Amino acid sequence: MLRFIRESAAVAQIELIKLTRDPTEIVSRAVQPVLWLVVFGQVLAHVHGIYTGEIGYLAFITPGILAQSVLFSAIFYGIAVIWERDLGVVHKLLVSPALRSSLVFGKAVAAGFRGLVQALVIYLIAFALHIAIRLDPQAMLGVLGGVLLGSAIFSTFSLIVACIVKTRERFMGIGQLLTMPMFFASNAIYPLDLMPEWLRTIARLNPLTYLVDALRGLMIPGGESVHGYAVDFAVLAAVFCALLALAVRLYPTLAE
Amino acid sequence: MNLTSVPDGFAIRTHGLTRRFGPLTAVDHVELQVPRGAIFGLLGANGAGKSTLMKMLTTLLRPTSGSAEVDGCDIVQAPAQVRRRIGYVPQLLSADGTLTGYENLRLSAQLYALPRAQRGARIAEALAFMGLTDAAHKLVRTYSGGMVRRLELAQAMLHRPRVLFLDEPTIGLDPMARHSVWDRLHDLRRDYGMTVLITTHDMEEAETLCEALAILHAGRIAVVGTPGDLQRDIGPAATMDDVFARHAGGGIADGGDFAGAVRTRKTANRLG
Repeated sequence: MLRFIRESAAVAQIELIKLTRDPTEIVSRAVQPVLWLVVFGQVLAHVHGIYTGEIGYLAFITPGILAQSVLFSAIFYGIAVIWERDLGVVHKLLVSPALRSSLVFGKAVAAGFRGLVQALVIYLIAFALHIAIRLDPQAMLGVLGGVLLGSAIFSTFSLIVACIVKTRERFMGIGQLLTMPMFFASNAIYPLDLMPEWLRTIARLNPLTYLVDALRGLMIPGGESVHGYAVDFAVLAAVFCALLALAVRLYPTLAE
Repeated sequence: MNLTSVPDGFAIRTHGLTRRFGPLTAVDHVELQVPRGAIFGLLGANGAGKSTLMKMLTTLLRPTSGSAEVDGCDIVQAPAQVRRRIGYVPQLLSADGTLTGYENLRLSAQLYALPRAQRGARIAEALAFMGLTDAAHKLVRTYSGGMVRRLELAQAMLHRPRVLFLDEPTIGLDPMARHSVWDRLHDLRRDYGMTVLITTHDMEEAETLCEALAILHAGRIAVVGTPGDLQRDIGPAATMDDVFARHAGGGIADGGDFAGAVRTRKTANRLG
């Protein structure tokens, strides 16, 4: 166990060094949530087209947009892994005696830190737009946990896709194909109640829904988690464990 | 070098080692013995099975049938033991350009679980050994091709492996850089007693660096011997090119595939 933690930390540390050395990605990833909140959110809030109960529409979608940026920034982790495969970095890692699970988990942890940067960006936008946000330590800790877990899920999912498709060109196509339906078939920008039954069923199978649900309760004063935090976090943790187990099996095939 | 009786035993032994990819048999019942402490070359045209063989020996790929031991450990039964005993430099450029040389080495030290107390000294020693001390804290993307290769060697030797695997170690390097890599390999063998297995296309490398060679053709070992013996077998004035032409199925012929060609050019381009 100690070895697992030590090795995962080494892999995560490298990813973080790279992130701090080239922060352009963080800046470019901040653009999309700004568009969603400042343009899309503001306009729809004026229209009052979507009933979101006591809380305003802008506040309603803020956690949804955070979950979306966690998803979008994590899902392209697979591209980085394919790049590492093309370079030979994956081969070098897999020839080392490090546990396969630490190599995969270390990447998931690093993705979690990227997600936290996204969270910071969303909080700043929210302040700028005067959206009320819960700032009590309990809620913040919950958001922290949700963002880490969500990033870990989507980055590991992305790694699995990378292990299957193996080339950048195919990954780019599939990445787009997966992220948009996942986003729209979730409760990120409209409540589950407004969906037709078939879509609601899909949304219930979508881990993004549980992340948004937890974040909505934790970020917005008066917001509530429909499923309850215990269910949300249990689902997210279970999904992550299943994906991690699959990724550990598939990751070594990248070097074959 | 006498290849039949080796006092220290063999660093690598394979028995009927075979790997199939669908209908293609990339490595076909290979019997190979590499003496301890040797610098041993695997030659063959593109697609002859060199890289597949090396991937199996480094535990990256499971054999379809047959077995192999590296430093006495079975590659299928005890892959973790094998990984602790080997170092590997892939043909592709595996050092991370966005990190410094030191950071690359530190990651290796952590993944190979070198004790924290020894880490600093080992990294400093490896950097000095490869002549990279002054460049240690520069980003690897600013290194020359020869420096990158030496850094990769430094990474591969950090944990003092018993066997070092190098896939085309000097591909894309200029003659100066090539000789400097060869010198380091000789030093590694002399100072640490490492066995070195390389794949190469380069006849000069085969002749001057390797004490013994195996030439692969269509997944099988066509011939094994010292460069001198292999040349003498063909004729008094035979060169390594002649040896290769005789055993590798038509000389340095067209082989491999589009992806392989792209990869090789990419590596050469990045090193150059």
